Formats: sequence, structure tokens, C-alpha cells
Amino acid sequence: MDYGAVVVLEILYMIAFLALTSAGLAVVFGMMRVINLAHGEFVMVGGYTTIACYQAGLDIWFSMLIVAPFVVGLLGLIIERLVIRFLYGRMIDTMLATWGLSLLIVGLVTLIFGNSAVSVQAPIGSYEIGQYQMGGYNLFIIAIATLLLLVMWLVMRFTRLGLVARGAMQNRDVASSLGYNPERIYMWTFTVGAALSGLAGGALAPLTGLLPSVGGSYIAKSFITVITGGAAIITGTVSSSLIFGTVNQIVSFASMPVVGEIAMLALAIVLLRLMPQGITGRFFKNSA
Amino acid sequence: MTNSSNFGTGRISWLWFALACLALLIAPALFDVNTMTVLLIWSLFALSLGLMWGYAGILSFGHAAYFGLGAYTFAVASMNIGESTLPLLLALLIPALLAAVIGAMMFYGRISDVYMGVITLVVTLIIFKFINSTAGDAYRIGEARLGGFNGIPAFPILNVPGQTDIPIFGLGLYYVVAASLLICYLLCRWILASWFGRVLVGIRENESRIELLGYSAPLYKTAIFTVSAAMAGLAGCLFANWAEIVTPGLFSLGQSAEVIIYTIVGGLGTLIGPMLGAVGLGFLKLLLGEQTLIDNSLLLGAILVLVVLLLPSGIVPTFMRWRQKRSQATAARHRANSTRRRRRQHGDGA
Amino acid sequence: MSETVVETRDLSVRFGGVHAVNNVNFSLKDRELRCLIGPNGAGKSTFFKCLTGQVQVGHNNGRVLIKGHDVTGWRPYDIVRLGVGIKTQTPSVMNGLTVEENLWLSARRVNSRETVREVVQAVMAQVSLEGIARRQLGELAHGQRQLVEIGIVLAQRPWLILLDEPAAGITHAEADRLVEIIHEVNQKATIVVVDHDMQFVRSLGGHVTVLHQGAVLREGPVDTVLADQKVREVYIGSRAK
Repeated sequence: MDYGAVVVLEILYMIAFLALTSAGLAVVFGMMRVINLAHGEFVMVGGYTTIACYQAGLDIWFSMLIVAPFVVGLLGLIIERLVIRFLYGRMIDTMLATWGLSLLIVGLVTLIFGNSAVSVQAPIGSYEIGQYQMGGYNLFIIAIATLLLLVMWLVMRFTRLGLVARGAMQNRDVASSLGYNPERIYMWTFTVGAALSGLAGGALAPLTGLLPSVGGSYIAKSFITVITGGAAIITGTVSSSLIFGTVNQIVSFASMPVVGEIAMLALAIVLLRLMPQGITGRFFKNSA
Repeated sequence: MTNSSNFGTGRISWLWFALACLALLIAPALFDVNTMTVLLIWSLFALSLGLMWGYAGILSFGHAAYFGLGAYTFAVASMNIGESTLPLLLALLIPALLAAVIGAMMFYGRISDVYMGVITLVVTLIIFKFINSTAGDAYRIGEARLGGFNGIPAFPILNVPGQTDIPIFGLGLYYVVAASLLICYLLCRWILASWFGRVLVGIRENESRIELLGYSAPLYKTAIFTVSAAMAGLAGCLFANWAEIVTPGLFSLGQSAEVIIYTIVGGLGTLIGPMLGAVGLGFLKLLLGEQTLIDNSLLLGAILVLVVLLLPSGIVPTFMRWRQKRSQATAARHRANSTRRRRRQHGDGA
Repeated sequence: MSETVVETRDLSVRFGGVHAVNNVNFSLKDRELRCLIGPNGAGKSTFFKCLTGQVQVGHNNGRVLIKGHDVTGWRPYDIVRLGVGIKTQTPSVMNGLTVEENLWLSARRVNSRETVREVVQAVMAQVSLEGIARRQLGELAHGQRQLVEIGIVLAQRPWLILLDEPAAGITHAEADRLVEIIHEVNQKATIVVVDHDMQFVRSLGGHVTVLHQGAVLREGPVDTVLADQKVREVYIGSRAK
């Protein structure tokens, strides 16, 4: 019984982890069809920002929930203006340029922070389920992921901003015929996506030692979560996170963590082969 | 204003080829053999990608998978067999086989560019994660322990076919690598000049039209993917012999990124471009590796971004276009001059 | 010979709730020249794509037969290999290659290395493309690209030719030349032409099938059909809307 609860919590955590780390990429892909391969580095920078602020004396919650998204959002804005906006419509070129940016950012961070791991203590302690010790912070991750998705859904469904965004997703020209500047929309979309990635990085900072190279581990999982999810931002992210998170954890429990990861990657290939448009290209079409 | 394209490749200039052979022959007298060998190996790796990407339009985000597989296959086979001829052949065959399977799955599934990028990326990730975790005695193929993130050191290197007591290393290895590169280059030219190669170019230009002509695009794409993987496997095998150790890093995303950067900087749509890109950037990378002021990633990343933004077709094609424009301008000037001269001589008149 | 070379039986295609093609029974005799006309939305393009394999017909939605073979659900690549030439609605050619190279790729599939050159020269003469042989497709005007695509189709000497809007965007002179070419080729091949241009359709002569709302409205010689009351209503009616 206790073991069951542990398994369920671990699965929920994995799903939340995937959803949280993919949200930023999903927004940018869903809205602009841009695949930002520097996404993992955005998450990493969010983590470093949080740790740096905390070490400078700022409150950890403030650092991770406010400062990190702000800083990474700013970074995203700069990148959009200097690089991304010249490459719209050129999907492969965008992937290549953002790949270059990811290398660049890793290089810069290594220069500034060096190559050894930095970390910060989780601000929420552990608790017990029967004989098992569980990290309380994981519950926070689950909570924040849920909250984030909820807020995104509410914005998309019930605000004017969300309506324009959904319209622009269906049809590029909708935005301009409604009087909104599409360039502006793209600029802010990329910025928001970056900010979300920064938030994820900040929230996850207390969980692992941070190295400039961690971006690599985020990008792969986020990438396949988003692409498999398909064009619909929220439904896509939720459905693929559910599938991958569950499979990853169950297989990990059955054998080893690395096998779980491999199983998740292999499943991604199978799903993409069967549903080339992603899950929401087949089911749940036209959802947010 | 004519513009003959000849499917993108002109006639091979045997003069330049001979000069290149000569240059490679005498290079060891001028430069460090060790460095030259690895640069040529990367050049071969880039050539394999450039063939597939530049002419058939297939971009693999995980080409390192075949490079690494070639290296590991050689190491494992060599430890088990002893004599190096069969391991060398296996190092070409195994990557080719994997590519044939993956390629067929992707191309017959009619998957688009982007999703192909994802799948090729994921394949290399899977292999990387798997190999990385194979530490310990449990993971062995015959005599060879896979070694996890430490890799496989100390395997028998290439020997003269049949003579296991005459190993090939140092200068000998350099000449083997150079010869392999030249042979593969000729092979690529031959493929591109053939009917098969021209269909590939057609597929890159307009796949649906090629299919409406009765060609099976998936078949051709799988075929070139397989050839490219075999070539990458060869490069990997040679690398294993150069480094005398194989590690999971050969399968990494970083390795895939590097070869893409070499190819795109050198220039898509030519064979020379990727090869020169590899030599140039590879050399840069080696230089940078020796100091810590400018980080390797930083510079490569910056180069990739700048090239995509400013020189999307790469250095060699841009240079070739510039040369073409200059020669056209010169020719136009000559025509104008001779017309003026004629008028002056005969007076303005009919 | 008047064997039936193309046939559809109870062919239906639905997109969502709309019957783009509604129980169409169509048949074509050897060496016929047939034009498929109808107002916008009549289902001409969809029907055409059923013949070419670009639209996959579902299991219980009828049959498409070409020279006795049941090609229902076949991919275009397989249908073309039966000896069918297809020209699509928007010019589909290889832009980065020259006219000659485009023709070469087409001709080479059915000719050996020795005879390819001759065939390419012959096609260029037939469609009057010699002047632009070495020009890149991407640089040519729309009308020229249309003609090159006709050339590409003819280069394989198909016995059945399916042309979707071959006259779109070409000059009157080019259209007249095209009519000549089609008549020439018709001596040996069966031809189906889908087009809007009534003048073009009239100059082609031959029989006409009128589609309306996915079904066959009238069939017969071009002048009779175009004079038909119902046909005029359908056209004028849809224009008036």
C-alpha cells in the first residue's frame, strides 16, 4: 500500500517534471512553429540565476518564481530580436541557429560560473510514507506544474490575449487582420516561452547540482514531449507528459532509471512514426 | 543568359584532384602527422553528411550515431577476432544496417523534415545513454567489455591485411586515412554523376514530382542514408584507430552538432565545402582545446549562429558565387570594351 | 479499338460531411480525349486525384480501374508505373534544375542511357522548348513552367495522360500550341483534361463530362453539352451566387 503511494507520487512527479520543463518550448512551438534548441539552456540559466540570487542573499522563493523568469525572459527577448526573427518560416535554420545559441550560452555560463557544480538546499524538507522517505519538494514541483498549466489554460480560454493567441495558432493572418502586429506577438510569445523555461529552471534548481551542461538533459525530453504532443499547447503537453512520465517511471521501477529513459525515447520514436502530427494532430484537434 | 546546372556537380577536375593527392602525400613533411590524421578523419565524417544533406536534402540530427557505432564495432570486433580486416568491414556494415532499418522506417513512413530531425536525434540519444550505462562486467560482447562511460581502451588496432604482427599507426595510419578519404570522395562524385545520384537531386528539389515520374523516393532516400552511414562508420573506425580508445562521447549530441557545423560552415551543395569546413574548424577546435580563455562551445556556437544568419549557404558556395559574379562582370566588361573598340575602329555606323 | 481503359464504379469521397465525389460512374475508351468540367467545388480536382492516387479512396467507397487493374488505394508512384502521365494543378517541377535536366530525369526512367538523349531532344522539339533548354525552371514564367511540365509528362511516352488545368496562366498562342500538341499525342494516347477555360475546352473538341456537386450531370460532345439548359443553369447559377 505504501509502496503503491510512492510509485504513484513518483509518476506524478515525473509527469509534472516533463510538463513544467516543456511548457516554455510548447508555447513557442505551438504558437510560432519554432523549435528552440536552446530551451535546455534557458532552463539552466533559470537555475543559475536562482542560485546566484539566493547566494547573494535574496529569498529563494522570490529568486525562483520572480527573478529567474524575468531574467530568462529578458534573455529570450534579446535572442528573439537579434536572431530568431530573421529566421521565421525557416524551421531547419531556426533549429540550427538555436543549437548554436545553446552552445554559446553553455560557453558563456562556463566562463562566468566555472565548470564545477553549484547547488542549493531544497527549501522544503522530507516527509515519510510508512518506511519510505519522500522529498517534500517534489510535491511542490507537482503543485507548481499543475498551477502553471491551469493558469495557461485559463488565459487561453478566457482572456482576450488567449483568444488572439489561439486564433493566430490556427491562422497566421488572423492576428494582423484583427489589428495586432504579428511581429509583436511573436516577440512576446518567445519572451513568455523563455520566461516559462526560466521558471522551470528556477523551480528545479534545488533538486540537482547545477552544471553548465545540464541543458542537454532537459532539451531531449522536452523536445520529444512537445513534438509528440503536437501543435496544441496545453492538451499536447499534458497528454504527452502523462504518457511519457508514466512509462518512464514504471519502466524505471521495473529495472533501472537509464532503462526507463531509453524506454521513453524509444516510445517517442514509435509514437512519432504512428502519429506524425503528434497526439493533438490526431486527437483533441483544435484544442488550446 | 544561360545557366547550366548539371545537377549541381561539374566534371571532376583531375588536375585539382592530382594536386590534392600530391599535397596530402607531402603534408607529413610540413605538419604534425597526428593532427593531420584526425583532421582528415573529421573531413571524411563531414563528407558523409554533406553527401546526404547537400544532395539528397536529408539532414540527420544524430549522425554521430553511425560514427560512434563504427568506432565501437571495430573495437569490439577487433578484440574478439584479432585480425583487423573483418572488423573493418563490420565497422562499415553495422552502421549501414542500422541506417537501413531506421531510414526505411522514417522514409516509408513519409515523415517530414522536422520529425526526422527528432527521430535521428533520439536514436543517437538512446545509443549514447545505453552505452554510457554499460559499466561493469555484465556488459560484454565476447572478449570486449563495453566499459560504460570509460569506454573501451586497448583494443588491437589495424594491421596490414593478413599480417597481425604489422600494425598500422602513425604515418602509416595517416596514409590509410588519406587514401580512404580520396577513395570516398571519388565514390561520392561517381554516385552524384550516376542516374541514382541525379534522382536524389530530383528528390531534394521536388519529391512529389519525382514520385509522379515513377521513382520510389523512400527507396532512394534509404539507400543514400545507408551509404552515408557506412562512410560515417568508416570514419569512426579510423578514429578508433587514431585515438586507440572509444568512448560514449562519440555518440553524443555534441559530436553530431560538430559535424553539422563543419558541413554547414563549409557549405551545403558541394563536397569540398564540408571537407574544408571540417579541416578548418577542426583545427580551430584543437587550437582552442589547448587554452582556457575562450571556451570551445562558445566559439563553435557563435560560428554556427553567424553562419546560419549571414551565410546560410556556407563558405564554399558563397565563394563560388562571388567568383562567378566576378567572372560574369569581367566578361561583360570585355564585351563592352570590344564593342567600343570595334565602333572606334569602324566609326559609328551600322 | 474501343476497349475501356479507365473506369470508376460508384466512386465516392467524403470530407467530413461533404460528398466531394458522389457515386460517380465514369468510363473512358482507348484513345479518347475527355474533358472534365464543372463549376468551382464540383469535385473535379478530387475526382482527378482519385484517378492519380493522390486521394486514397476508402474500402467501401467504390473502385477505380485502369486497363483492367484495380488501382483503388494505389499510390501515385504505382499508378504512374502502369504507364500513366500526370500533370498536377500547380506546376510541379524541379526548380533548381534546368529544363533539359527535368526532362532527362523523366525520360531516363523508361529509357536506357543510350536512347535518353534522343527522347529528350524529341520532346523538346514537340513542345517547343529548345530555346529554354538550359534555363533553370525557377527563373521561368508560369506559362513556360506549365509547358515544361507537359514536356516532363510526355517524356515517358505514357499511354494515359491526366492533365489538371494545363491551360492555366498561359498565353493564347501557347494555348493554341498546347491544343495542337494534345491532338498529336491523342493519336496514340488516351487523355483526360480537367480545366475551367471554356475556350480551351471547345478547341480541344472531344467529349465532355460535366460534374456538379460531386456527381455527373451530363456527358457528351462538347457543343451539345455546353448548349444544354441544365448545364448553363449550373454555371450561371453558381456565378450569380
